[in-house]
Amino acid sequence: MSCEPWQCAEIASTKKANPIQKPEIAVAMIKKATRPLLIVGSRAVTQTLEGKPVIDYIIDLANASKVPVVATAHIVGDFVKRGYQPAAFMTAMDISNRIVDRTWQGLDGKGHPDLIMYIGLPYYMEALILSGLKHFAPDLKTMTLDNKFHVHASWSFPNASAEEWASNLTTMTSKFL
Amino acid sequence: MTSKNVNIKIGELNTNIGQIKNLELSVGKVINNSWEEPMGPTPMPHLTTLRSWDMKLLKKYKPFYMPDCDLCCLCTYGKCDLTAGKRGACGLNIADQSSRIVLIACCIGAATHNGHARHVVDHLIEKYGRRFPLNVGGLNVKVEAPVTRLVTGIKPETLGDLDDILSYTESQITHLVSVAHTGQEANNLDFESKAFHAGRMDQVGMEIADLCQISALGFPKADPEAPLIQMGIGTVDTNKPVIMCIGHNVVPSVGIIDFMKDQKLDDKMEVVGLCCTAIDNTRYFERAKIVGPISWELRFIRGGFADVVVLDEQCVRTDASLEAERVKAPVIAASEKNCIGYEDRTNDPVDKIVDDLVNYRVPGVLILDPEKVGEVAVRVAKAVAPIRKKMKSLPELDQIKELAKKCRHCNMCQRSCPQDLAIEPAVKAASEGDYSKLADLYEACIGCGRCEEACPVKLEIHSFILKVGEKKMLAEKNFCRSGRGAIQDNEIRSVGGPLVLGEIPGIVALVGCANYPNGGKDVYDIAREFALRRYIVCLTGCSAMSAGSYKNEDGKTLYEEFPGGFEAGGVLNNGSCVSNPHIAGAAIKVASIFAKRNLRGNYEEIADYIHNRIGAVGLAWGAYSQKAASIAAGFWSLGIPVLVGPHGSKYRRMLLGRSDKPENWEVLDARTGDKVNVGPAPEHLFQTVETPQEAMVQIAKLCMRPNDTWKGRMGKLTHYIDLTKRYYGVMPTDIHQFVRTPADIPITMKDEIVAILKERDWKETKIPDPTMLPRMIRKAKE
Ligand code: SF4
Ligand code: SF4
Ligand code: SF4
Repeated sequence: MSCEPWQCAEIASTKKANPIQKPEIAVAMIKKATRPLLIVGSRAVTQTLEGKPVIDYIIDLANASKVPVVATAHIVGDFVKRGYQPAAFMTAMDISNRIVDRTWQGLDGKGHPDLIMYIGLPYYMEALILSGLKHFAPDLKTMTLDNKFHVHASWSFPNASAEEWASNLTTMTSKFL
Repeated sequence: MTSKNVNIKIGELNTNIGQIKNLELSVGKVINNSWEEPMGPTPMPHLTTLRSWDMKLLKKYKPFYMPDCDLCCLCTYGKCDLTAGKRGACGLNIADQSSRIVLIACCIGAATHNGHARHVVDHLIEKYGRRFPLNVGGLNVKVEAPVTRLVTGIKPETLGDLDDILSYTESQITHLVSVAHTGQEANNLDFESKAFHAGRMDQVGMEIADLCQISALGFPKADPEAPLIQMGIGTVDTNKPVIMCIGHNVVPSVGIIDFMKDQKLDDKMEVVGLCCTAIDNTRYFERAKIVGPISWELRFIRGGFADVVVLDEQCVRTDASLEAERVKAPVIAASEKNCIGYEDRTNDPVDKIVDDLVNYRVPGVLILDPEKVGEVAVRVAKAVAPIRKKMKSLPELDQIKELAKKCRHCNMCQRSCPQDLAIEPAVKAASEGDYSKLADLYEACIGCGRCEEACPVKLEIHSFILKVGEKKMLAEKNFCRSGRGAIQDNEIRSVGGPLVLGEIPGIVALVGCANYPNGGKDVYDIAREFALRRYIVCLTGCSAMSAGSYKNEDGKTLYEEFPGGFEAGGVLNNGSCVSNPHIAGAAIKVASIFAKRNLRGNYEEIADYIHNRIGAVGLAWGAYSQKAASIAAGFWSLGIPVLVGPHGSKYRRMLLGRSDKPENWEVLDARTGDKVNVGPAPEHLFQTVETPQEAMVQIAKLCMRPNDTWKGRMGKLTHYIDLTKRYYGVMPTDIHQFVRTPADIPITMKDEIVAILKERDWKETKIPDPTMLPRMIRKAKE
């Protein structure tokens, strides 16, 4: 599993993501966080892993881990249809812009999130947003749950096949049950 | 021409040689001053003249930066690592650097349009003289240059006036570029304000470019029924010699078309265009054809259709000449901005140039005389067409199958593909004789060729995709309306009231390039959705082409289905990139013609009016260029929100409002001076949307303005809620921020909305006469 940026030109300078070598590391990060938040992009509804849409893996994980979800683009209805209510829906830029504001008190007004996770945004958009957070919210931990290495995150899974991705997400969910 | 210069104004002077009226002399320049409108406070603004206005907007819509690069390498102090707040050797931090990149992009864009305008104006003055009168719509368009009037305070009447105005924009752009030097500006918001200023200069430059070509070249003049033009590769008669023009500057094409007509060859040859030259060619010559947007350059050249390739300026692939060489299509470089290393043959005899090209002694030539370009292109096309027999560089299907077997399955193609397309599985399937997966890539492929550059075994993946999609490509037969140019004053009079009151829910401008995330159909779908909802849909450039490239169930393109007037439910192609100011101009003209505000040199007041009252939104779904950045900047500074598609995130800076901060949404009531909270309308000034569905919902939301009447707001809310329900599958959660009085609530959804308002502890507020400018308050508050 390679830890090169998935899109070759998305390189970073001195601050590069730590690779998540096994799903247990990601699980430990989430468990350690007091106010984690998961931001889910539109590709969650267009990609399937072993016949199951990515959004279903995400709902399983969100239900098990109790991490609140923000749905970007138009996909909130896909969550609702499946019986899962995201904490909010808004554009990826809008939620990320709130996150870089350290005075923002989170979706529930009770405090700034301390771990931000992204999954399912177009790779280049997610890379840029993670870069924005790296530069302008340097104390914040960011993690991506995609199967594409994101060099600007604090933590990223390495580039991985669809099967490995499915297995990572399933393992993560199982650790919260 | 600025306040520092010497001005002599003469109201009336009787001398023994005659009578002089309204003459203004200004250091060697003579400006006709018959325009009686009083001069506003900011004619010919300098870098900081409108800074306080810019800062008002930037306070409401703060930059959100997403650096594409952690480093700065602009000077020899560097490279500097600016990660996470570190300052570079010159003291610059990453916010400053990010905003500097925005400024640089906007300056490149503004310089490009102004350079373009300069070339066309100089050429037309040389041909027709400085006194050649401007005419963009006869008596139907009395406010002929709304942007120029607004920014400069000048009402241009002749080509010579445009020359003078360009001297002003050129000097401003020089100052703006200088701001990017190491150790100049030290604050990100000041960089941003200067980017807005670049946008203003850009709008003026574009307006001048279009004004002069409409006037002197006989383009459609504010014509809602500008002709329908054949569009698509399938419309090109490849039995004829084909001349293909790529770029943005129509002048060389005019040379070609004139020569063809002169030789009575205009029905025996095809002149086709890619990118904005295509649109402007058809404004000059109805039988010219549009092939498509920039992303189709490789498609058309590799497909072998072109016998001669004429390259002018902007958005021309820099390897177009090499690609043309492969299919034995001679190239003529026709712009001093794009010489391609070719020998300058401008002063050589035509016979000699033609002979060299036809006999392939040289692959291409540089010719800077448009008339000579015309003669050479036509003669060479006629001579080489029978020789090259539409030679193409696409492999046959069985060759693809064999070549695909060389694939090493390394995935470098996908990892280099901006669209992240699943290329490797498609190549693998092709090696087994199944081409369907390659065919599936055709629509989303933007024709960049990066996959081929990355492939270690040099597979020509883009050509594979084109070959497999060849049938589809040849079946492309559509219509685009030729660019109509300006909006008539009467059209503004008819829609001004309904627009400002909110009864026409908005103007949706679909503009810009073809770097779409998933093909051009999204542009068609979005345009059609809003036309059916009776918004006014304006298009320019590559977006105008994409919108015309699909058909409804009755086989009609958008331009056949909807009227071309500036009216509810109208779908207008204003023209090429340089026609964008007609859209900004329409908003300005609403303020001037409908609301009777003075626009002369009165930027801040008019922008304040537009921002608070006119529900206009721009969507550049496939924006990629620096010109698109400066075009957007021109809209930002007028307070008009702009959305970009997902690739637009690479502009690296959004201007975002915070709907969760009520204190950010106060305006002044010009009637009383009271502060009134009007909610997040419009919520953002610049942001990326991820999917077409999200774009549609955001457009509907961004059309809301503080000035909407209850009836207007009710209509706008209905569209917003309806689109959210349809595309998101849920009710919006922020309705309470847009309902000001119970009358705003859409009747058909009353119970549902009232319940939401109760839940959100909603309180009624009033509808002000909104302004952000204290000086606009009519009665000072006691
Ligand atoms: S301009 Fe400033 S930040 Fe950039 S390389 Fe030079 S010293 Fe470093
Ligand atoms: S040419 Fe098409 S397939 Fe190849 S990298 Fe570009 S977009 Fe992707
Ligand atoms: S880059 Fe070339 S060799 Fe590698 S997977 Fe793609 S087509 Fe195959």
